[in-house]
Amino acid sequence: MIYIDLLIGFLEVGFLSFGGGYAAIPLIRDVVLSYGWMDEEMLTYMVAVSESSPGPIMVNMATYVGSLKGGIPGALIATAAVVLPAFLIILLIMVLLRKLLQNRYIKAALDGMKPCITGIILTTGIIMVLKNCGILIGENPFDILTVVLTCGMGVIYFGSKKVLKKGISPIGLIGLSAIVGAVAYGI
Amino acid sequence: MLIDLFLTFAKIGMFTFGGGYAMIALLEKTCVEDKKWITHDEMMDVTVIAESTPGPIAINCATYVGYRQGKLLGSVAATLGMVLPSFIFIYIIAQFLDRFLEIALIANAFKGIKIAVGILIIDAALKMLKKMEKKPFQICIVVSSAVAMLLISFFSLGISSMVLMFMAAFTGIIVMMIFKTDRQERNKR
Repeated sequence: MIYIDLLIGFLEVGFLSFGGGYAAIPLIRDVVLSYGWMDEEMLTYMVAVSESSPGPIMVNMATYVGSLKGGIPGALIATAAVVLPAFLIILLIMVLLRKLLQNRYIKAALDGMKPCITGIILTTGIIMVLKNCGILIGENPFDILTVVLTCGMGVIYFGSKKVLKKGISPIGLIGLSAIVGAVAYGI
Repeated sequence: MLIDLFLTFAKIGMFTFGGGYAMIALLEKTCVEDKKWITHDEMMDVTVIAESTPGPIAINCATYVGYRQGKLLGSVAATLGMVLPSFIFIYIIAQFLDRFLEIALIANAFKGIKIAVGILIIDAALKMLKKMEKKPFQICIVVSSAVAMLLISFFSLGISSMVLMFMAAFTGIIVMMIFKTDRQERNKR
């Protein structure tokens, strides 16, 4: 049943997303693709909408997937499932186990897990870019326009950080890319 | 007071774009400077705890501050406040996005946005890399999990990243135990 799948899927995400929103993207991608809830394309749009909407990215993604698959009940279940682990763990730490995070074994496990998450996020980003350009992985044909646009946007985004103090914000980049996309793909 | 917690966090949830890390600055201003609910040092603590616990960082913070102010009910009020604006906003958008995408102009704009999403995810990873301690152990894990992920998607193996994370956690514990016994033996000599 969809509600139970949503509950289990998003509890998994809520329990394993150490480090917040971006760490959740690979996990949500796994869950959504393995249940067949969305295709890659919709998934990327969902991530973009979640990033450009106010509030925690993870909550946005859960509400989005939940409402698409199960209406209001689905949205409520998915959102509750993604929030609950964070909520309960903080309560647990505050009420009982203030020293829990100093435990040797937990510390060692976290030490191993954090670099792994970084590697997973990095690869997820690279795979998304490659698929989008139609290079090596995925079904998309090679698309030279997308390659050019990707390089251009990458240079603008990372370059702006060198020139300006803070550079372009993520929302700024999404806005800019929407305009560039509408113009470049429209012609 | 519960209502105050709820409304304050609803306001934070409504006006921060870009997720957890963007929110920390606003949380600091609201909870430490304006409301004086927690001290600056506590805020630093929460950030560290939030980073080492799973789930949205904003939720971790809301639960913490809420509990300090009003125990269990406070934490529920703060967390609900944090979630509600997102929930309503996204619920409405999710209803319409499909139809919007049928308009060619918007579909093209989203094709452009797809490019941005990839770049932003890589950027997030690079930021995490910068902050990470760069000892051989950490570097090995980053490289091997990145390569494993690449292989998994190249050959479409059905291994989820969850498995990789558990393996990494396990490796962390084993490495810790090996080094510990090493040191003990050395001490004996």
